[in-house]
Amino acid sequence: MLRQASRLLSRSVAAGTSKSATARGFSTEVPSTIDSTFVESWKKVAPNMDPPQTPSSFMKPRPSTASSIPTKLTVNFVLPYASELSGKEVDMVIIPATTGQMGVLPGHVPTIAELKPGIMSVHEGTDVNKYFVSSGFAFLHANSVADIIAVEAVPLENIDPSQVQKGLAEFTQKLAAASTDLEKAEAQIGVEVHSAMNAALTG
Amino acid sequence: MASSAAVPFWRAAGMTYITYSNICANLVRKCLKEPYKAESMNREKVHFSLSKWADGKPQKPVLRSDAPEV
Repeated sequence: MLRQASRLLSRSVAAGTSKSATARGFSTEVPSTIDSTFVESWKKVAPNMDPPQTPSSFMKPRPSTASSIPTKLTVNFVLPYASELSGKEVDMVIIPATTGQMGVLPGHVPTIAELKPGIMSVHEGTDVNKYFVSSGFAFLHANSVADIIAVEAVPLENIDPSQVQKGLAEFTQKLAAASTDLEKAEAQIGVEVHSAMNAALTG
Repeated sequence: MASSAAVPFWRAAGMTYITYSNICANLVRKCLKEPYKAESMNREKVHFSLSKWADGKPQKPVLRSDAPEV
């Protein structure tokens, strides 16, 4: 009898939820409160059971977006092995996105950007800190928090220019000699990364 | 719905993003100046043993280790 009950429940609940699901729109717009039409139809069918929890009720609500643009950008810059910057308040960061160098100011439009090998600079007053980033992602949130994650990020002084030149020559040659698609791709990655490092050191 | 924009060259060649990202990171590490280079190579050492299973029994394991042989 109980087995049948759950089947009957899920059938009628599914009818209720499919209506409320389509009426709801994107999940980012749903307030963290419970969907009342669903709860009402549930109570009609199973008054003694609690309505099921949805994943959003376990999640913390999104941090609210301030009504006025904050004056500082909060940057979290992390690497797999270390946290370079954690909650640091800065004026601007320039990130090497695949679409070009992107300047991020407080109040930037929420964006997810994939990073290409290049220089990331953090501007705080008159101080500028530059890092060469190998690749990664930058998540810019509506509340002026920027989460930047990179696999490798080194200060420019730690890069050896002679090795960069050697690597660039080596990969340019490999690119010319490559036969399979995969070899070509690897050689091209080599050329791109070394050219970016070269440009970072000279530019 | 049309498929998304032009794929990056590495994706077209059959490489995943993680492979691409790791290759980039390795190339950057190789171009570092001395104490930093040794530190990063040390940090990235791996040691694992991988065995495929067939008929409920492990086959010959593949061992990948950067740890010095003791």
